[in-house]
Amino acid sequence: MLRIKGLTKRYRTGDLALKGIDIEVPDGQVMALIGPSGAGKSTVIRCINRLVEPTAGTITLNDTEIVGLRSGELRRMRRRMGMIFQEYALVERLSVMENVLSGRLGYVGFWQSFMRKFPQSDIDEAFRLLARVGLDHMADKRADELSGGQRQRVGICRALIQNPELLLVDEPTASLDPKTSRQIMRLIKELCGERKLAAIINIHDVMLAQMFAERIVGLKLGEIVYDGPPDKLTPAVLTQIYGEEDWASTIRKADDDAEPVDEIAPATPAETPVIERARLAGLT
Amino acid sequence: MSGAIVTSKKVWQRHDRKTQLAVWAAWLFGTAVFVYCFQLISERTIWAFVWDAPAQAADLGARMVPPAWSYIHYLWRPIWDTLNIATLGTIISIVIAVPIAYCAARNTTPSVAFVRPVALFIIVASRSINSLIWALMLVTIVGPGVFAGIIAIGLRSIGFVAKLLYEAIEEIDESQVEAVRSTGASAAQTTVYGIVPQVMPAFAGITVFRWDINIRESTVLGLVGAGGIGLELNAAITQLYWTQVSLMLLVIIGTVILSEWVSAKVRHAII
Amino acid sequence: MSLALPAHRTWKKPPAIKRAWLRWTLIVGAAIYLSLALGTTHVNWSRVWEGLPRGMQFVTAFLPPDFTSRWTEIVEGIAETLWMTVAATVVGIALSVPVGIGAARNIAPLPVYYFCRSVLAVSRSFQEIILAIFFVKLFGFGPFAGFVTLSFATIGFYGKLLAEDIEDMDPSQAEAVRATGAGWLQWLNYGVQPQVMPRMIGLGLYRLDINFRESAVVGIVGGGGIGATLDTAFNRYEFDSAAAIILIIIAIVMAVEYSSGYLRRWVQ
Repeated sequence: MLRIKGLTKRYRTGDLALKGIDIEVPDGQVMALIGPSGAGKSTVIRCINRLVEPTAGTITLNDTEIVGLRSGELRRMRRRMGMIFQEYALVERLSVMENVLSGRLGYVGFWQSFMRKFPQSDIDEAFRLLARVGLDHMADKRADELSGGQRQRVGICRALIQNPELLLVDEPTASLDPKTSRQIMRLIKELCGERKLAAIINIHDVMLAQMFAERIVGLKLGEIVYDGPPDKLTPAVLTQIYGEEDWASTIRKADDDAEPVDEIAPATPAETPVIERARLAGLT
Repeated sequence: MSGAIVTSKKVWQRHDRKTQLAVWAAWLFGTAVFVYCFQLISERTIWAFVWDAPAQAADLGARMVPPAWSYIHYLWRPIWDTLNIATLGTIISIVIAVPIAYCAARNTTPSVAFVRPVALFIIVASRSINSLIWALMLVTIVGPGVFAGIIAIGLRSIGFVAKLLYEAIEEIDESQVEAVRSTGASAAQTTVYGIVPQVMPAFAGITVFRWDINIRESTVLGLVGAGGIGLELNAAITQLYWTQVSLMLLVIIGTVILSEWVSAKVRHAII
Repeated sequence: MSLALPAHRTWKKPPAIKRAWLRWTLIVGAAIYLSLALGTTHVNWSRVWEGLPRGMQFVTAFLPPDFTSRWTEIVEGIAETLWMTVAATVVGIALSVPVGIGAARNIAPLPVYYFCRSVLAVSRSFQEIILAIFFVKLFGFGPFAGFVTLSFATIGFYGKLLAEDIEDMDPSQAEAVRATGAGWLQWLNYGVQPQVMPRMIGLGLYRLDINFRESAVVGIVGGGGIGATLDTAFNRYEFDSAAAIILIIIAIVMAVEYSSGYLRRWVQ
């Protein structure tokens, strides 16, 4: 259970990015955070991980207060939260395996990680995760040889091998094509389901958010203007979040609803149902 | 209507009047400075020597051929020393330059206010002083020989390597570092996983590049007594053994070309 | 979903060099070289030990350095160095323009190309210091030898970069100018020069910077300037004066570097 209370962030430039935000995310909930650019979505996620230092407010993850932790405790805290990034943020000149294992850095000592001598259990887990996302044959490829979708899957493995209690996902599909975006979102959702993981997903694609999240929080200028289920996201609400626009075509039609959660891992690129659904939604 | 005829032929000029004037002023100033400098140099020059120089050069050239090929047996050792000065000096400079670069880069320095200026000063100081001057100092301190040369090359290269390296560190992709940090990695682990892989190619390139330069520089360190082939060259020149001098010049050219070729090959292999 | 994986799949970081024999040859070769190099480098430790107090003396000479007792020589030396730098940069660049144009394969006829390339190769192969020794022999001691040395070195540096720049230029632009019926010089002026000019101005200022640094050392072999003053100070063990000279060199190098960087931005 993640509890955010009165989270405020003022940047050194004086911009007030977050104005006292309250959010509670129960275990196993996949929550999408939507809002226009500059609304503070990234800041929320980075404050939770303390990559950005909050100005005021409290954040507790399963009864541990995150704000104010010292460096050692902060490290232990960070390893309980997996993070997935917009531009994948893989270390491009390291191999896929090294990138995945870098998710264990919070658990192993410096020399162990420097010599790449990770415990066999970590390596087993890394192979298992890579197999789960269909990349185990790529383990020794360098990260910059992969395609966008493959890189994001490696990014997901890196976050999951931390064995996190919470996933923080920052615009996971921003640099992916529509089809891969869906595969990635579905993968994240499935994995959260398998592990009963809570997730906060920043996303600017409203339709994707509606398709894959159980709950949507709308952020505007550092304030929450909507918090509710995806199907309550009416044109009026979207106008409130993003401003005036014709929203009717963006909102998901009811018949697109049924998502096969148990669909096989997206290793096989030929996923015709996805394409069909994309076409239905007017995307292709 | 009075007959005020406006002659509106458009005049085209490359620059407007003000720029034109500035350009002319700059040229005038530059020429004046040059003429002044040259004047001062010429005051301290014995022009008779200068006019005599072509004849001297021809004479010198004639005395240099043919190179004393047999003397090459005495040169293997100085060549080996020269190579060692360059290589060991480069290794020393790397060992010292890496932490300095880490302290000088804005995104990794422990303290922008205190540590960074010190690191930057070390870099500038090392770069400003030519290796020959370093050698001059070190020969008076640790005595003549290869050791002084190695240290001189090392000290001179610190600034070069550290400067290029810290610029490379400042250019890395910060998001990769952030991603590693977000897993709960310690500062040391973040460096090894997030920063080192990103700067490694630049680092290798800089090292080889500097090694190549150091080979050139170490050929002359002997002139002030710091070992290597320069020592032999100096001796041959003072004793007027011109055929030996020409052989050494050929050897130096050969070494320099060879090292340039090696460094180009290695850099190509890295990138 | 069942995974048919072996229970324990080990993983090791794949080596940077894939071919094992090459990897081992390099490792063993490097080890042998290093041990030989270290083994044959004779260090006279007792002499080093003896010298350490002198080294300390030198370090303490920096606090405070002695600017006063050799002040006139220092001013003289610095002034000479600056003249040499300026004059040599101007002359060197002026001479390197024709050589550089001649060394560009896409412009120059083959015989001219080979001639200019060999001039560049000779100028680049020798250290400024070696050149200085010979020019001192030819022209006698004093700043003129230094001036010629630096001019010649500038030709090698600037001419090569100019030639490469011309070779890399966009041929279609130059062709378009030629198509208008321009003469050869007009073509150079309109088709080639605008393409290479901005970078060459920057490099000229950079070379000014290099020439200053180098002019500080050609004096050591008799080429005049501050190097000669420094050499004298060392030979007389006047470390406090030497420290002063070194500090002045550092200050001027920094000033030249900053102002040339500033000028470069202003020109472009």
